Amino acid sequence: MATKIVIDPVSRIEGHLKIEVLVDDGVVKEAKSSGMMYRGLENILLGRDPRDAARIMQRICGVCPTSHGLAAAFALDEAYGVAGSITDNGRILRNLIQGANYVQSHILHFYQLGALDYVDVAACADYSGSDPTLKKVKDFIGRGHLGPFVPRYEGDYRLSKEENRAAVAHYVEALNMRRLAHEAVAIFGGKMPHNMSIVAGGVTAAPSVDKITAFLWKIDQLLDFIDTCYLPDVLLVAGRYSDYFGIGAGCKQFLSFGVFDMDSDPDLTKRHRYFPQGIVKGADLKLRRLDPDKITEEVDSSWFVNHGAVHPYEGSTVPDRDKAGAYSWVKSPRYDGEVLEVGPLARMLAAYAGGDKEVQGLVNGVLQQFNASPEALFSVLGRHAARAIECKLVAEKLKQWVLQLQPGQPTFTDFPLEVTSRGMGLHEAPRGALGHWIVIEGGKTKNYQAVVPTTWNAGPVDSQGQPGPIEQSLIGTKVKDKNNPFELVRIVRSYDPCLSCAVHVVTPRGEDLGHFVVGGEA
Amino acid sequence: LRKAFASAIQETPIIWLAAGACSGCSVSLLNSLSPRIQDVLLDQILPGHHLELAFHPTVMAASGDLAMQAMYDTEEKPFILVVEGSITTADGGRHCEIGEKDGHGITSLEHVTRLGRKAKAVIAIGSCAAFGGIPAANMNPTGSKGVMAVFKEQGIVTPTINLPGCAVHPDWFIGTVAAVLLGGPESVKVDAQGRPEMFYQKLIHDNCPLRGHFDAGRFAEKFGDPYCLYKLGCKGPVAHANCPEKRFNSGTNWCIDNGHPCQGCVEPEYPFDQTMWGTVPIKDATPPSLYPPIVTDLKKSVDVTPAYAALAGVAAGVVGAQVLKKKPARHEDSEGKE
Repeated sequence: MATKIVIDPVSRIEGHLKIEVLVDDGVVKEAKSSGMMYRGLENILLGRDPRDAARIMQRICGVCPTSHGLAAAFALDEAYGVAGSITDNGRILRNLIQGANYVQSHILHFYQLGALDYVDVAACADYSGSDPTLKKVKDFIGRGHLGPFVPRYEGDYRLSKEENRAAVAHYVEALNMRRLAHEAVAIFGGKMPHNMSIVAGGVTAAPSVDKITAFLWKIDQLLDFIDTCYLPDVLLVAGRYSDYFGIGAGCKQFLSFGVFDMDSDPDLTKRHRYFPQGIVKGADLKLRRLDPDKITEEVDSSWFVNHGAVHPYEGSTVPDRDKAGAYSWVKSPRYDGEVLEVGPLARMLAAYAGGDKEVQGLVNGVLQQFNASPEALFSVLGRHAARAIECKLVAEKLKQWVLQLQPGQPTFTDFPLEVTSRGMGLHEAPRGALGHWIVIEGGKTKNYQAVVPTTWNAGPVDSQGQPGPIEQSLIGTKVKDKNNPFELVRIVRSYDPCLSCAVHVVTPRGEDLGHFVVGGEA
Repeated sequence: LRKAFASAIQETPIIWLAAGACSGCSVSLLNSLSPRIQDVLLDQILPGHHLELAFHPTVMAASGDLAMQAMYDTEEKPFILVVEGSITTADGGRHCEIGEKDGHGITSLEHVTRLGRKAKAVIAIGSCAAFGGIPAANMNPTGSKGVMAVFKEQGIVTPTINLPGCAVHPDWFIGTVAAVLLGGPESVKVDAQGRPEMFYQKLIHDNCPLRGHFDAGRFAEKFGDPYCLYKLGCKGPVAHANCPEKRFNSGTNWCIDNGHPCQGCVEPEYPFDQTMWGTVPIKDATPPSLYPPIVTDLKKSVDVTPAYAALAGVAAGVVGAQVLKKKPARHEDSEGKE
C-alpha cells in the first residue's frame, strides 16, 4: 500500500523545503521536492543602480551571502568592462572572503545542520567526566527542556556512547569554529553575514600585515579543527553508517562552474580557477567542457506560467500559485536537457577529473579507507565526504593565498557608471554552481537573473518527466520506519539545500527580453 | 539539590519563525560571542533564565510534522516569538508556507498572526521583519511587510520590538532578549521605530572614526581612498546604531573600517530608493558649513512693502495733480529745482 510521507518543513536546511514521497512496499516510488517560499529579489533590482546588486543579492541567503555578492560582482565586472583589470589584491581578497565562508558553511552544514541525523545528544545524559562542554550538555538535558534537540526522529543512532559524546562536544566546538570562520571572513569582508567589501571592480578592504596575520592564524585554528574533528568525524560517521554509501545516488551527473580565480581573464570560461569548470557524467570521471548556452530552465512543475524549456533569459515568468500539476516555487534547470547535480561533490569530481593531485589523493584515500569503488561517491556519504575534503583543501589554500596579498597595492579598479551593457558572473557557491546575469541600460539595471545551486538540486520534475536530483536521490530508497524516515532527511540534507537561494528567481512580467548570449562578450 | 536548582531556573521557550528570510539573522546570532550561542542554547543566558529554542527550522532536530508539533506544543505555553524575514502578504500570503495542514501549506502570514496573538512578546529580528527590508523594496513583488505593520492591520497588540539590521548584530538580539527576560517587553525603551534605544540611539555619523575627514572636507572619490565615505553613499548621517562601538564578528571589523560606506540597514528606508550609493542629507550643521564662503549672498529683495507703495503713490499723485492742473491755478506753487 502506498503511503505518502510529507515532511514540511524540512529542518536543518536553509529556507523552506517540503518533501513529499510516495512509499510503496517500503521503497520510495515518487518524490517531490518543493521550495515553499518566493521573494522575487531580482525584481527589486530593476531600475536601480546596478552596483546595488553586489549588496542586495547577498540577501538571497544568509549562509552563503558572499557567493551571491561575488557572482553579482563578477557579472557587474563584465558589464562595466573591468573584468580583465581586477587587481591582484582584489582578486585574492575575493577568494579569501569566499573561501573562508566556504569553511564556515561546510562546518556549519556538517555539524549544525547534518550531525543531529547521526549523533545522539542524549548520550550525554549520564556523562560523568570533566569536559565542561559535555557537563553543560548534561545539565541542559537534566533540566528537561530539550529544544531544539528534541523532538527528533528516533531509532537509528549507531555511534557508541563515547563516540556520540565526542561528536556532541565537536558539535559545540563547531559553533565556535564557524564563528571563528566568520570572523576570518570579516577581517576582509567588513562583517558577516552580508559582507561589506565585495563590490564591482574589486574589494573595498585594504589589506595590511596585521590583518593578514590575524586571518592566517584564524584559518590555522580552523585547519586544526578540520584535521582533528571534522574530517575524522565524517569518516567515523561514514564508518558507522556505511550503508549510506549506497543510498541517495541521485542523477550521477555533475556540473561545476569553477571557483577561486587564479587570474583575471575577462572571459569566464577561460579564466583559470582553483576548482575547475566543467561537467562530469557518471563514473567515467572525464571532465567535459561547459557551454553556458546549453543551460535552460523549465517551469512545468513550478508555480509559474508555463514557457517551456528556455534559456534563463527568455520567455516570461509570472507567479501562478494555483497552477495545476505544479508543486514548487523552484524551477527546473537542465543542461542540454539533462539533469545535473551541483555541490562539493560536483566540484571534487570535476577537480579529480581535471587532474588535481591533492583532490585525487584525498578522494582516493577516503575510498580506500572504505574499500569502496568510485561509485560509492554518488551517495549521501559521498557528498559529506566531498564537502569535508573540499573544506580542508580550501582552508589550506587560504593560508597560501593570504600571504600573496600586497599591502599598499590597490584593491579596486574604478569604472564609469553610464554604461549600456551586460555581464555574466559564474562561479561556485558552497552548495554548487551559481550564475548571475545582468543587463544595464543607461546606467540602470534593466534586467537581472540568477540561477542558483539549489535550483539545480532541488528543482522539480521537468517536462520530460525527469525528476530533479534530490527527487532522484529519494526515489528507490528503502524507508525502514515511516514515522522516522531518517533515510529521507539524510538524503536531502546531504545536498545541503539552501532554499532561499533557490526560490528567488523571477523575471519581469510579460516582457520579451531578447536573446542574451551567455559566456560571450557583453 | 540539582533538581531543585534546575527548577529554580525559569524556562522561556522561543518560537523562531522564519518567513521571507535569508537566514542571515540566524547565522549572525550564531556569531554571538558573549554569550556564545552554545551558552544561549544550553546554559542560562542570564542567571536564572534559560531560553529554550523550541522551534527553529534551521537548527532543530525534528522535521516535518514532528517539528510542527513542537511548535504547536510550545505555543500553548508562554513563549517569545522571534520573527525573521518579512511577512509576504501578496496572493493571500502563499508566497511563503511552512508546514502543512489539511493538504495545503500554512502561510507565514497565518503563522505570524496566530503566534503573534499568543506570544508574550514578539521580537522582529532583522530589517525584513522590522520594516519589510529587502523583499519589500521597489515594487515589492511579494507584498512583504514588517511584523508591526501586519500586527497593526490585524489589530494585534502584543508588545513587539524591532531589531533592524541586515544582518542584525547578535549582541542586539541577546541584549534585547535579556532585557525582556528581566523586565518584560515593556521595560525595553524603544524609539519611534520600535527599536531599543540602548542599541539604536546613536547616529553612526556622530561616532564614526572618519568624522574628522568629513569635518575637514576630505572625501573619498572612489573605493580605496582613505577619507570620509559620504560621497560614496554612506548613510551614516541617518543611520542609528552602535556599530562603531560594537563592530561585528566579535569586534573584528565593521563596514566603515573596511572602507565600505554604511548602508543604513537599520533604517526603515533601507535599501533606499533607486540606489544604495546615493548621498543622504546631513541634518545638523557641521564645521565646513559654518565657515563663511568667499562670497556670501547677502542680497536683499527689494521691499515692495506698503510703505513704498504709499510713498510712490503720494509722490505720483502730487506730480500728476500739478501737471494736470492748468492755467486757472493762480495761487499755485512752482516746483523748482532742489
